[in-house]
Amino acid sequence: MIRYDRLTAITLGCVLGIAVLLAALNLFTPPTSAAHVPNFAVSLVGKYLCYAILALAIDLVWGYAGILTLGHGAFFALGGYCMGMYLMREIGARGVYANPILPDFMVFIGWKQLPWYWQGFDHFWFALPMMMIVPGLLAFAFGWFAFRSRVSGVYLSIITQAMTYALMLAFFRNDMGFGGNNGMTDFKDIVGYPLNSEATSAALMLITAAVLSVAFLLARGMTSSRFGKVLIAVRDAEARTRFLGYRPESYKLVIWVVSAVLAGIGGALYVPQVGIINPSEFAPGNSIEAVIWVAVGGRGTLAGAILGAILVNLGKTWLTSALPEIWLFAIGGLFILVTLLLPRGIIGLLMLRGPAAEVEPAPETAPGAAAAESAARELAG
Amino acid sequence: MSDEPPLEPLLVLEDITVTFDGFKALNALSLTLDPGELRAVIGPNGAGKTTMMDVITGKTKPDSGVVIFDRLHDLTRLDEPAIARLGIGRKFQRPTVFEPLSVRENLLLSLAGDRNPSFMLWAREKPAERERIDELLTTIRLVDDRDRRAGDLSHGQKQWLEIGMLLAQEPQLLLVDEPVAGMSDAETAETAELLRDINRTRSLVVVEHDMAFVRALGVRVTVLHEGSVLAEGSIDEIQGDPRVIEVYLGR
Repeated sequence: MIRYDRLTAITLGCVLGIAVLLAALNLFTPPTSAAHVPNFAVSLVGKYLCYAILALAIDLVWGYAGILTLGHGAFFALGGYCMGMYLMREIGARGVYANPILPDFMVFIGWKQLPWYWQGFDHFWFALPMMMIVPGLLAFAFGWFAFRSRVSGVYLSIITQAMTYALMLAFFRNDMGFGGNNGMTDFKDIVGYPLNSEATSAALMLITAAVLSVAFLLARGMTSSRFGKVLIAVRDAEARTRFLGYRPESYKLVIWVVSAVLAGIGGALYVPQVGIINPSEFAPGNSIEAVIWVAVGGRGTLAGAILGAILVNLGKTWLTSALPEIWLFAIGGLFILVTLLLPRGIIGLLMLRGPAAEVEPAPETAPGAAAAESAARELAG
Repeated sequence: MSDEPPLEPLLVLEDITVTFDGFKALNALSLTLDPGELRAVIGPNGAGKTTMMDVITGKTKPDSGVVIFDRLHDLTRLDEPAIARLGIGRKFQRPTVFEPLSVRENLLLSLAGDRNPSFMLWAREKPAERERIDELLTTIRLVDDRDRRAGDLSHGQKQWLEIGMLLAQEPQLLLVDEPVAGMSDAETAETAELLRDINRTRSLVVVEHDMAFVRALGVRVTVLHEGSVLAEGSIDEIQGDPRVIEVYLGR
């Protein structure tokens, strides 16, 4: 446990320390100085931190509850769209068409009225809870049906893919009222602060780091509570928990919704920092990539998810500018390598018999083998 | 004692039929268990022993028939967690414990009590729980292994831990599926002892292949064959029954 707590402290220290250092070097050094951190780097780090929040959310459900989600990008994107709607309304009459109510893309497709579901998004106090409620509600509805009907394993993964794919197709449509193919962009400011100022970028990045830290502590708290132990029990021996009187579906639903809300928050912080949200955020590939971050960092360790998200994306940024055509092969190869050689990821490698051992997931084959065995038993009587 | 009315049965299976793809795993099975009884159930492979356990614990819904527990509850209408909360514990054939968790944590999660996520999020270990866990650790002889990862225990120790987890549930009735499979002779004898110990306060149904073990238990035996009860009686009666010899012991 001591080593685990130390890992928590190190993670928090790194996240907050690096964020504050970068912000300070950005704001308080002259652009000519060698120590100066350019604006784009600050936004880039802010983006990585948003990805880290998404990875943390995935680790909660995949690492601890054994739910291999391949659709968490959907929750991330929904949170992002809620933020995007707020930022669009915040533009007001400064758009190309100077319509004080309607965003440009609505004027462009000839809409005269703001649709009902856009009402209220001009207020930040309304949009902020929506960034959590919308992904949370979708996750609740999805999880309610999926877990109650005991859909699990690869079937559940496939449905999550279908979910995010269906949302992508829906958001591509212009008449959905979310800007279709182009999505939303050209944001001007957020709660009155101009998005193009370096102070705002630094503040957003620092807020993201703070949110990530709080989310990490929350996740640590949940997973080390008795609730977290039950999750691990459900992950590795679901039938056993049922015969002990637990309802695994309730546990999965709780962590699933918490995780979706977290992903939504990540997406909401992402949009003002990258300046755009469009349906490609729902692309199934994005969700799969996010699972790879977690696998690389170390599934079921939380800190590993954060580390994996940041490292893989650093690699992606570098590789997509150096050798753009190679990226997809690189991430595919990385996944295979990690699965074969580092089943417990980088954190697992760093802490040989530490925290990861405490929560070490059963071998991936176990659930399938157990299912086959119980089916065989059933037939054998 | 003798002029007390006979006890109401604890568990009644009545006319249970279960069909898998046309194959009758259970065929109008009826069985009665008295409170405080320890019953051994034997039968060849495919006789329906595990299916019977599945029906009692709610894993399999029968096509017809009822299962009455404690006079009041029709178990065929309930699901696994609800039945477990009524006080029926089940030990799997292969030891099933929560491997990444410590021995103590395995017992802690099994203790009778609130099973809702909202409770478990905030639950702190109470002194009464700690005491109960210590007691259980002594019963299952794992005091020195309390902080070990359950996955690192030996096969026999895992079997015992699972039994401890079932006891932690404080069940009225324990269903035990092949408890001595893969155990040494010494462990087998100890397990028979342990089950008889448990039987002082709880009813048990033990499914087993090992005739020496069944003999060591020294209890009433039910023989299942093709999904129905073929014979019932003491081990000597059973072993002398020509029908039993025909289907099970003889071949």
